[in-house]
Amino acid sequence: MSYTFTVSPDFSPNYLAGWYIFNTWLQIQTGEAIHFELYDDFQAQRTAIQANQIDLIYANPFDAAMLVREKGFLPLVKAEGISDEAIIAVNANNPVEDVAQLSTGIRVAVTEDPDVHMIGMIMLEAGDLDASNIQTCFCNNHILIVKNLIQDKVDVGIFLAKAFDDLSNLTKKQLKILVRSQISVIHHSLMISPKLAERRTEIQALLLSMNNDDKGKNVLNSLGFNAWAKVEDEEMEFMIDLMDTLII
Amino acid sequence: MLQDMQLENIVGEYKEVTLNLYGSIPRKIYYTDIETPYPDGKLIVSTTDKAGIITHVNQSFVEMSGYREEELINAPHSILRHPDMPAVAFKDLWDTVNKGAKWQGIVKNLRKDGGYYWVKATVIPNIRNGQVVGYTSVRRKPSRTKVNECIQLYPTLF
Ligand SMILES: Cc1cc2nc3c(=O)[nH]c(=O)nc-3n(C[C@H](O)[C@H](O)[C@H](O)COP(=O)(O)O)c2cc1C
Repeated sequence: MSYTFTVSPDFSPNYLAGWYIFNTWLQIQTGEAIHFELYDDFQAQRTAIQANQIDLIYANPFDAAMLVREKGFLPLVKAEGISDEAIIAVNANNPVEDVAQLSTGIRVAVTEDPDVHMIGMIMLEAGDLDASNIQTCFCNNHILIVKNLIQDKVDVGIFLAKAFDDLSNLTKKQLKILVRSQISVIHHSLMISPKLAERRTEIQALLLSMNNDDKGKNVLNSLGFNAWAKVEDEEMEFMIDLMDTLII
Repeated sequence: MLQDMQLENIVGEYKEVTLNLYGSIPRKIYYTDIETPYPDGKLIVSTTDKAGIITHVNQSFVEMSGYREEELINAPHSILRHPDMPAVAFKDLWDTVNKGAKWQGIVKNLRKDGGYYWVKATVIPNIRNGQVVGYTSVRRKPSRTKVNECIQLYPTLF
């Protein structure tokens, strides 16, 4: 039997090679044939999930409810110490210091990453802004958001905080952070489909001990973190409930 | 059960009132005009059992309410009940979640030191294996416009 592994389409291009290496590691460790499949966008990935074509996924929190509650996926692990946070930034020359000073009609640049978009919108809501009174400009990646901000083609950018923090200092100097989220309980998670449920404990143990040898450590480093941390069922349910309160 | 508020914890000039919690249980509270601004970028989270007894709070909840975590766990959620909040708001909250639906509203909360903070709260039932096991409330920063609307509206609902 062969399985399919996929990663939330918002992964950073810096880690593309890392995910391929991780997939190879998984195949060796589990002794299974696992095919790594990437989707162009969230919609295409959701269609594949609905069609039961996915067995393992590094999932965006936004899709966790559908995966767990509709498709019976089970959480395994998350990247240790990493949560999904968003930053609202403007051009450094913009006199605005607080989202409350932003006016309606502004152009807001975001990527397709649904949880970052959602967290960003919640922070803009404090300034009476919502999808109906701003212009949303979707960008393929955060570099394009930066470009649009610097060239004054948009007024506000919503960034994954990690992506913003990884920008060069020169770039960051041209931008100004208005607000950074500190939520800490919203995170991507590696999950398995019910087809692999019987092997859950075993695969979880493999992942949790991955940082104990040099080979595993190198694979983790190529993904941008140091270890996996276990995600209990109730932690996942709690995150899904939390996302649910934020979706309206 | 909930103790009366303690004067030694109150900061600033205060007023005194007795609230009837659960419709009948009196609690003496002291409250001031000092507002603590909602912290940017944070969510204030708590979970209760089916009766509204707190079972979980996050760090932002502890910081904003002014209580220690040990004081909050096992306390009724009305520990934050502010006298300026109309009872109909909470009746609506409970009616809504009891139907299994989401409730959203702007709430003025009372701090341990007598001060207050405004939140935009969303409350949902926690459903596990098809059963409601409790409720979760997640608060975000409300806009000043929304808060000002409530400052006008709430006194008319008593
Ligand atoms: C999950 C959850 C969160 C709540 N959060 C608050 C809150 O922050 N402040 C508050 O005054 N009441 C809150 N309530 C409502 C209280 O349970 C209570 O109904 C309210 O304080 C009024 O008190 P009373 O019902 O005893 O009259 C919450 C209820 C639930 C289920």
